[in-house]
Amino acid sequence: MNTEKTNAPAEQITYANILFYGCWGGLALIIVIYLIYITGILDPYVSMAKVTHYWALPVQNYLTDNNVPTGWGWLTLLNKGDFLNFLGIALLAGLTIICYLPIIFAYLKKNDRAYTIIALLEVIVLCVAASGIVGTGGH
Amino acid sequence: MASILLLAAVVWASNETGLAEQVTAQMAQATGNTSELPWWAWPAILIVFCFILGIIAVLAGVGGGVLFVPLVSGFFPFHLDFVRGAGLLVALAGALAAGPGLLKRNLASLRLALPVALIASSCAIVGAFLGLALPADVVQICLGATIIGIAILLLLSKNTARPVVTKQDALGMALGIQGAYLEPATGEIVEWKTHRTLPGLLLFIVIGIMAGMFGLGAGWANVPVLNLLMGAPLKVAVGTSKFLLSITDTSAAWVYLNQGCVIPLMAIPSIIGLMAGSFVGVRLLAKAKPTFIRYMVIGVLIFAGGKALLKGLGF
Repeated sequence: MNTEKTNAPAEQITYANILFYGCWGGLALIIVIYLIYITGILDPYVSMAKVTHYWALPVQNYLTDNNVPTGWGWLTLLNKGDFLNFLGIALLAGLTIICYLPIIFAYLKKNDRAYTIIALLEVIVLCVAASGIVGTGGH
Repeated sequence: MASILLLAAVVWASNETGLAEQVTAQMAQATGNTSELPWWAWPAILIVFCFILGIIAVLAGVGGGVLFVPLVSGFFPFHLDFVRGAGLLVALAGALAAGPGLLKRNLASLRLALPVALIASSCAIVGAFLGLALPADVVQICLGATIIGIAILLLLSKNTARPVVTKQDALGMALGIQGAYLEPATGEIVEWKTHRTLPGLLLFIVIGIMAGMFGLGAGWANVPVLNLLMGAPLKVAVGTSKFLLSITDTSAAWVYLNQGCVIPLMAIPSIIGLMAGSFVGVRLLAKAKPTFIRYMVIGVLIFAGGKALLKGLGF
């Protein structure tokens, strides 16, 4: 039924396939890690009692009073149940960057300069956001 | 409506009647700083609440984030900083899950999404920092006003299934923003192209800032701009908008993540609950009465927006 005209371009299919496996893999990882966290298999860095108190307060109180790291500081606390969760979250949040990489090459191959530049700029924007190098501290 | 949802969540979450009473009392306090509930009660309530929210969001044709942020910030004891962080992750997860199917069926177009996403995601970073730098009560007031505005927009906007685009503009043509999809109901091939591409792209500056600032998915704004202004068919506008959120929300989500605004204990059950609800919602879509649900959601948004406004004003 589908004609050539309605077929999604090859780079769009590539993007979709990476997104599919990455998203569902990431969600499965998130659920498994969350179960590890709430069942207490790994001790949390910030106790459950403290979290339920501090989530009602501004983020700055939570960070300062509990000595919680910002940026990529969570990587140093992966042995703690609560911070292990950031592994799955980071995978989901980083998935778009991974999906963009092959389409940059696909557009480059097609000599589509405008979209190569757009895709390249998007990766830079997302990497800057992910790096945490812009902005300091919350209110 | 929100109270009914919360009550349903409580009943479902626990068989303990005492717990339900405690929850009701705490909900009444809305933002009580201390919780008498055991720690596991809130994730349990959130997962059920977000499951129901996910069903309603799909039936009403809105993203989960737009319901999640005002309702959870208004009726749960979480600070707005953490609600926005979780709201972005909720919207992001939903968009990531929907993306593959939409892209493969050509209902989301990379050629339309990529230029829009670059503008919106860059501006979402600015919005996220703006939201974190402004005092919480100011953000709460702006959020309330925006949510009420969204409700009015939903009430008044009359999207067009297939807008007539007689001539594609120069920018749209240069970027090759066009495509075709198969209409399954009729077997017809629907070809489309855009017009007014530049004003459409410029509007995504504002949309991106608002998405980042309030932690909302911005489907409510994406669809009218793509459909009514730029002339994309409604199905392509809705599909591309949903996919677009996976890119826009990524940039803002990283900002909130890096600033410590994500607490896994509350964010993860929200994501899981809302995604599970969305799956059920899609299956209920054929049987539901969308008009009734749409008006119900508009009512909830006005209520939640009003609550956020009052909270920001200190009432």
